Amino acid sequence: MVPLSYYLVLSGFLFACGVTGFLIKRNIITIFMSIELMLNGVNLSFVAFAAHWHDLAGQVFVFFVMVVAAAEAAVGLAIIIAVYRTRETLNVDQVNLLKL
Amino acid sequence: MTSNLNLWLIPVLPLAGAAINGFLGKKSSRTAVSTVGLVFSGAAFAWALSVAWRFSSVALPYQEYVAHWIRSGSFSADFALYLDQLSLVMLLVVTGVGFLIHVYSVGYMWEDPSYYRFFSYLNLFMFFMLTLVLANNYLMMFIGWEGVGLASYLLIGFWFTKDSAASAGKKAFIVNRIGDFGFLIGIFLLIQHFGSLNFTEVFAQVQPLAPETAGAGLLTAIGILLMVGACGKSAQIPLYVWLPDAMEGPTPVSALIHAATMVTAGVYMVARSHMIFERAPQALMVVAVIGTLTALFAATIGITQTDIKKVLAYSTVSQLGYMFMACGVGAFSAGIFHLMTHAFFKGLLFLGAGSVIHAVGGEQDMRKMGGLRSYIPWTTLTMGIATLAIAGIPPFAGFWSKDEILWKAYQSNWVFWLIGVITAFITSFYMFRLLFMTFAGDYRGAKVDAHGHGSHGHDDHGHGEPHESPWVMLVPLMVLALLSVVGGFVGYGNRFEHFLAPVFGSGEVAAGEATSRGTELLLMGVSVIVALLGAALAYVLYVSKPYLPQKIADAMNGFYTAVLNKYYVDELYAKLFVKPLIDGSTNILWQGVDRKVIDDTVNNAADGARHVSDEVRHMQSGNLRSYAGWIAAGSAVVIAYMIWVGVR
Repeated sequence: MVPLSYYLVLSGFLFACGVTGFLIKRNIITIFMSIELMLNGVNLSFVAFAAHWHDLAGQVFVFFVMVVAAAEAAVGLAIIIAVYRTRETLNVDQVNLLKL
Repeated sequence: MTSNLNLWLIPVLPLAGAAINGFLGKKSSRTAVSTVGLVFSGAAFAWALSVAWRFSSVALPYQEYVAHWIRSGSFSADFALYLDQLSLVMLLVVTGVGFLIHVYSVGYMWEDPSYYRFFSYLNLFMFFMLTLVLANNYLMMFIGWEGVGLASYLLIGFWFTKDSAASAGKKAFIVNRIGDFGFLIGIFLLIQHFGSLNFTEVFAQVQPLAPETAGAGLLTAIGILLMVGACGKSAQIPLYVWLPDAMEGPTPVSALIHAATMVTAGVYMVARSHMIFERAPQALMVVAVIGTLTALFAATIGITQTDIKKVLAYSTVSQLGYMFMACGVGAFSAGIFHLMTHAFFKGLLFLGAGSVIHAVGGEQDMRKMGGLRSYIPWTTLTMGIATLAIAGIPPFAGFWSKDEILWKAYQSNWVFWLIGVITAFITSFYMFRLLFMTFAGDYRGAKVDAHGHGSHGHDDHGHGEPHESPWVMLVPLMVLALLSVVGGFVGYGNRFEHFLAPVFGSGEVAAGEATSRGTELLLMGVSVIVALLGAALAYVLYVSKPYLPQKIADAMNGFYTAVLNKYYVDELYAKLFVKPLIDGSTNILWQGVDRKVIDDTVNNAADGARHVSDEVRHMQSGNLRSYAGWIAAGSAVVIAYMIWVGVR
């Protein structure tokens, strides 16, 4: 039996990778993938706890997160395509009309 | 109470007139405005006459409850009216002279662009003055008291575009405020000690008290505080300074407010409170001394003034001093008698002066008049009568009342009498000086072109030769002249005194009869001779040897300059009170407290908030990833903290 802490460390590592990628990457697709990475890091800790405490609620949550992530991916990718079509770039630093 | 007099109508009628003219007058024609003004003030006079007619049929003092006002615990002050012989005299003087002056104003103010405003103010003044006179408690009297102050302020500053008029109005208001403060404290003392302000209730409680001969006590304090109020309103030393400046107002205003009625409110108030003063000899002494000094002091200033209205203003101050002298020696009825005759002849003098000013196109300097008798004979005649009356020449009105005062003063203390006689001499001198400078000799003014002068603003009209005023102005002059001739006879054989005896008590009358008749006649002779001497001196100096005054002035150079500059009292007050006040307000309260403490606290708080926000707002860059960074950093901090807590 793999101890809970292993899962949590891996989960934290995945989440940290996601955050780092989100912060340092310019390409919008990479940023999008980083978000997925963070979500999966969280999912991992959910299922780890669910297995540890023998409680199905954690697993149910993971399904919810997956559904939301799938929906988000559909919408997000559509937006990305729309952005690329109008601005011909995927660099987020050049898509900054909302900036101060 | 045998019948209902409906006294409340008397003050309310002018108020209605003021409201109608004030709200609707701007769009109405001059005729409509004057109709409203005259009808309402005339109706008040008519009603006052009818009250006088039915006077003997009511039980005195007649009281009329109008409405609830203040009820607090056992204290109450209602809108209620009070009528006795004293208020009847005041009522008739105020409405009668007031109505005549309204009539006069129709002519005098006809060309003024703010015609309706003038009549509205004038009616408003009548309302407050009648409230003052008819009030049955001190608080309602105070309302009238403040109200006439307001009306006076509005009317002095009537031509408010003129700087001097605006500041004269403010000066009158502020100086009066000092006196009102004293009056108010007096009222507070009355409430505290007698639990009431109602005249009958207060006096009923005061009556059994013994006179405070041994030392000053409560009644003395109240008396002196009331006198402070009277000093402000009635222009006595040390608060007289506002009255000469008040001459900036239109001349009918000077006649009505600053000669005939409002300034006598202080005398009325002191006479009304005679029950208190009679039991406070020291307070009475203060009244007498202030009155006597003011009479002499103002009369001497009157000698040197060259502005016709200023002479009359100082003369008014001086005559008010006589009235206070009378009250101070306990001769309240003599004071009220003089108040009445003074209203006639001083009102007449001011209206006559207005007619003169009207005739010469707004000029007020007597040195530029002269010889007007051939141009304006009616004005000359009426002014002459008024001068004879004020100088105390028998049988004109002023003689009777002034002689009464001097006689009463002599019985009290011969010093008062002596100063009174000296003042009578000076009065006669400066009044005849005014008369001769204005009407005798040759005309010294420039023959002004039509519409060719603007220095006196609104008082002027287009003129060539000096010309007589219209009838609407002359008729009031004639009526007042008639009253100045016959008005004194009501005092013949002490009839006036007997009439007022129920108010002031009859002891006064008895004391008057007891002393020798011979002395009275002798003193009467002295005052007449003195008055004639004053007139003769004025004749010598200003008619037969007109070069002499300048010589005398040169010979007494320093003194003359001091008197000409009104003894520098205004300058002294400016140095002593006004300047320290302004300096203190500017340097300490404004620059120090307001700007340094209050403003800086508020401003620094605001500046601090702005600086902090200025720094913090950079976090909100609009850059999404920087937000994400902040979130990550924040959650890292939270997690670190939780771990730290967990480890500990």
